[in-house]
Amino acid sequence: MSGDKEPIIRVENFTAAYGDNVIIDNISFEVYRGEVFVILGGSGCGKSTVLKHMIGLYEPAAGKILIDGEDIAASSGEDRLKILKKIGVAYQSGALFGSMTILENLRLSLEEYTDLSPDAMDLISLMKLKLVGLSGSEHKMPSELSGGMQKRAALARAMALDPFILFLDEPSAGLDPITSAELDQLILRLARSLKITFVVVTHELPSIYTIADRVIMLDKRVKGIVATGKPQDLRDHSDNPWVRQFFNREVESEVAA
Amino acid sequence: MESYVKDSNLSSITSQVNSDGSLQLNIAGRLDSNTTGKIWRQAKNEVEKNSPRNLVIDASGINYCDGAGIALLFELQLHQQKAGKEIEIRGLANEFQQLLDQFKAGEFIEAEVEVPGPSNIFEKVGRSTLDILQDFKANISFLGEVMVSLFYAMLHPRSVRWKDFLITSELIGVNAFSIVALVCFLIGLVMAFQSAIPMQQYGAQLFVANLIVIAMFKELGPLMTAWVVNGRSASAFAAELGTMKVNEEIDALTTMGLEPVRFLVVPRVLAALVMIPILTIFGNLFGLIGGLVVMLSLGFSVVTYVNQITSAATYVMLLAGLIKSVVFAFIIGGVGCMEGLRTKTGASAVGDSTTSAVVVGLVMIIFVDGVFGVIYYFLGI
Repeated sequence: MSGDKEPIIRVENFTAAYGDNVIIDNISFEVYRGEVFVILGGSGCGKSTVLKHMIGLYEPAAGKILIDGEDIAASSGEDRLKILKKIGVAYQSGALFGSMTILENLRLSLEEYTDLSPDAMDLISLMKLKLVGLSGSEHKMPSELSGGMQKRAALARAMALDPFILFLDEPSAGLDPITSAELDQLILRLARSLKITFVVVTHELPSIYTIADRVIMLDKRVKGIVATGKPQDLRDHSDNPWVRQFFNREVESEVAA
Repeated sequence: MESYVKDSNLSSITSQVNSDGSLQLNIAGRLDSNTTGKIWRQAKNEVEKNSPRNLVIDASGINYCDGAGIALLFELQLHQQKAGKEIEIRGLANEFQQLLDQFKAGEFIEAEVEVPGPSNIFEKVGRSTLDILQDFKANISFLGEVMVSLFYAMLHPRSVRWKDFLITSELIGVNAFSIVALVCFLIGLVMAFQSAIPMQQYGAQLFVANLIVIAMFKELGPLMTAWVVNGRSASAFAAELGTMKVNEEIDALTTMGLEPVRFLVVPRVLAALVMIPILTIFGNLFGLIGGLVVMLSLGFSVVTYVNQITSAATYVMLLAGLIKSVVFAFIIGGVGCMEGLRTKTGASAVGDSTTSAVVVGLVMIIFVDGVFGVIYYFLGI
């Protein structure tokens, strides 16, 4: 579902490197408004690196990343804040603040950026928790929640300021198939009902088939993109044997043979 | 079922030079981690001695071959390929051949090329210097960021997370009170006792009180308090922030637009700036009480001791110690948080940050104490 194909994120001639070690070499792609866009690839191919650059944690070695037309790496101060308010990030580990309750985690950005009354902030936070199916957990500490619940709470926190782009880093990693499927349905529901654009980093195939409108596939051997498109199309029709191998869960020797 | 036998004589190797000039190694028996070492050395010796253009391995006699044996065969392949020479492995049983075929010599040769060679002394010195300069730059940058954030907090008190400030104040101040009191009491006690013995020879035992008050107010009160708090709290700050870094909580704050320095460092540094001078005052008091215990045992009255203290101590002296303690507080809070925020990834990262916070804090406290000593000397304090 690419909507009207209006790009909300543009990655232009982007290169990522840690010191002299180039991880991603000169890639370009676009994410369209309202779609669920998945970045996938094998372990160590640079998926999370790309994501961390997209959310402004690292500066690109070369190229630009434009979020809603604004270069996130070149921004600072108020301009950076303006961009950051448009995005929400749910980290692989959840990254909930361990010293705060779930409600306090959700209220944090509301307290910092809005002049809402405490009651209003509580209500908004509770509504977000309801959206992710965590009603009743608001006064628990993160350590009292299971892994899947922590990921959902992180998603709720990322949505606190109603961003229109949500970045999810390995949302299904370490979850059992049922919890993982529930999270996939949640992502789809939020994408369709709230028109949120999702950028998801994952290599969980069932999730990819369920949620992805479009994927890009990274490969560490070429340090770049080896395929772009719908996951089912890539699985069935890709010219690249490694891409078909990835989608069909084949080991390398079987493809070579 | 294979049995585990520790007998290196279960394998053998012989060599011969064939009529076509090739070197043939006949390897037989069991090649496992116990037996391969000897065969490996012999095989390498033969190959290096003869440098054959064509190496033939007769492996038909190998009846068992685990990872070590496969590594030997692969090593011989690699050696020949790197030298641009030929190798032929004959008669290796199919199940072992399959194991060997999983490794491609090209991949390993390529991987070796990527390993940087040994660096010379100039390169090492250069890299170390660059690291030190980068560290120094990062420290200055962090210090500036903290100062700016503290200044901003003074102008905008509502921006400070006062709840965190109070929690940290309790941890750094209230919870450290008993240990600071005990340490300073014992320092006062020991100092008075040790100095009373030589001073007795000159009939100057009364002046032990002067020694105690001057030493505690100017030097030991602030220093011992700072050391105790550094050990307790700088490490706690580094561990807490380091764990947050490892758990991606710092990244989460950053992407929420909340600057970690303003959000995490300012309340902690402020709490240190408030609580450490207060603890220092109590430390001074308990040091004096330690001295009092010794003075009482020497037969002096409480009134005499107090009179002697009040005549020797000045407000400037007390203030000089407190000014020091404020700077120590900034070091403890700043270094603890800085090391925490600079935590890398990995299992030992938080431990490294904690150790670093305590050590750097201690060294900086001593260094700054020395600087203050010189300044106070010239100011006549």
